[in-house]
Amino acid sequence: MTDTAWIDAALTSARPQAVGALLRYFRNLDTAEEAFQNASLRALKSWPQNGPPRDPAAWLIMVGRNVAIDEVRRSRKQQPLPEDDQSISDLSDAEDAIAERLDGSHYRDDILRLLFICCHPDLPATQQIALALRIVSGLTVKQIARAFLVSEAAMEQRITRAKARVADADVPFETPGAVERTERLSAVAAMIYLIFNEGYSSSGDTAEARAPLCEEAIRLARLLLRLFQSEAEIMGLTALLLLQHARAPARFDAAGALVLLDDQDRSQWNQKMIAEGLALIDKAMRHRRSGPYQIQAAIAALHARAAKPEDTDWAQIDLLYGALELMQPSPVVTLNRAVAVSKVRGPQAALEMIEPLGERLSNYFHFFGVRGAFLMQLGRNDEARVAFDRAIALATTSAEAAHIRMHLDRLMRDSQPRGAKAK
Amino acid sequence: MLYAILCYHDEDFTGSWTKEQDAAVMQKLAVVQDKLTKQGRLGPVARLLPTTSATTLRKENPPVVLDGPYAETKEQLLGFYVVDCRNLDEALDVARELGAANPGGAYEIRPVGMFTPGSVAK
Repeated sequence: MTDTAWIDAALTSARPQAVGALLRYFRNLDTAEEAFQNASLRALKSWPQNGPPRDPAAWLIMVGRNVAIDEVRRSRKQQPLPEDDQSISDLSDAEDAIAERLDGSHYRDDILRLLFICCHPDLPATQQIALALRIVSGLTVKQIARAFLVSEAAMEQRITRAKARVADADVPFETPGAVERTERLSAVAAMIYLIFNEGYSSSGDTAEARAPLCEEAIRLARLLLRLFQSEAEIMGLTALLLLQHARAPARFDAAGALVLLDDQDRSQWNQKMIAEGLALIDKAMRHRRSGPYQIQAAIAALHARAAKPEDTDWAQIDLLYGALELMQPSPVVTLNRAVAVSKVRGPQAALEMIEPLGERLSNYFHFFGVRGAFLMQLGRNDEARVAFDRAIALATTSAEAAHIRMHLDRLMRDSQPRGAKAK
Repeated sequence: MLYAILCYHDEDFTGSWTKEQDAAVMQKLAVVQDKLTKQGRLGPVARLLPTTSATTLRKENPPVVLDGPYAETKEQLLGFYVVDCRNLDEALDVARELGAANPGGAYEIRPVGMFTPGSVAK
């Protein structure tokens, strides 16, 4: 690795802790970010010459703070320095830095706070994600714009707006209590899941551009889990992301069309990610504190464990979706459960299960895709065609539309020979 | 004599490598490993999954199961090599070569007292 690549990686990995600590000092996001930026510039100059510091985050916090304080001083240089200026001498700073390093709980809350700020309820999901990627992950506006498939200018504006809104909000800086910490944790977990989904819901032609979102979400989930080692739901979240992302290499065919789970080439699945995901879900289950992420991860684990599609334990998946329905009732969960039901009890039972959802999911692509598939399995081809047509009209990516078109083509093929016989 | 070379590194840092950077480091390490294999000196090699996947059993009475790695340190045990070397100098040479391929962190070099090749198929 070259010097610059090495330093880039070091800055990226130190960023959440350093910006989080600087935010605690300055209580202002812009100042904290600018201080980190300045410290990074100094690192680029100093590290290649003097070698990397043992604790890059502590170095960046110390330097970032000193540079910012110097700037304040310079802007007031006409005024005499206050008497107690000794408090910001190099010596006490070095000591502070050591204390900083030792106080793991502090930096845990710093990072959590930094992530939590991005989850402000007034911010629409896309702004939360963009803000987190910029502030916590340190992706450039250009990188984020590329992943969101928008122009750099549009993304710049989106992030600026989000920052302005966050700046107006009251962010508590005192150490959170246990209840508050749990609330923050679950808000942050939801935001990380959003980042992942933003990357996951791509089509073949955009998958490469959006994959960094999935990878970043996994990195943030691991970071969160390292801070909260025994939180079963964070284990579940991390496992879920890993197990889903493990299938990424098999999700699209050469033409960029979506490949369904049953048809994927399982030898392309990333076994290392699967191993890590399975290990985490294993650990999480020991806590016997179930939660939605763990259940979804357990479902993903059952798919990952099946060497062939026909090995899939659909009965168990049906049960897990049942548990998820109780915890998080939602028509989408029921729709997913119906797919498992169709494998265990057949398409008729599955179709009956989703009929009541029609009204609430009347604009949902997957509802019509799944309904069409059940109808097709029952040989009700005309009705299936109507459902598939509706699905195409609701498709949001070209891959989704292409996938449904494949079903329609199959219907056409199936009905032709029968038609020929009738003649 | 067998030496264990224990690899310590900041996990946040190695986790920040891009896929390409990670692959490049692994490739360079493979060159060193290939050389040792040809010389018939390389024993088991392991790269461990992230410490978040670790569980610790504290042998108290009764034993306690804890989430996470045994030691909460800035640098974590991320993997190890077992290498046959004549002496410490040789073991250090191997560690230096590995270190050139994988910057940062530290290698702990520990002579192996007892060694069983084991029976796990790859």
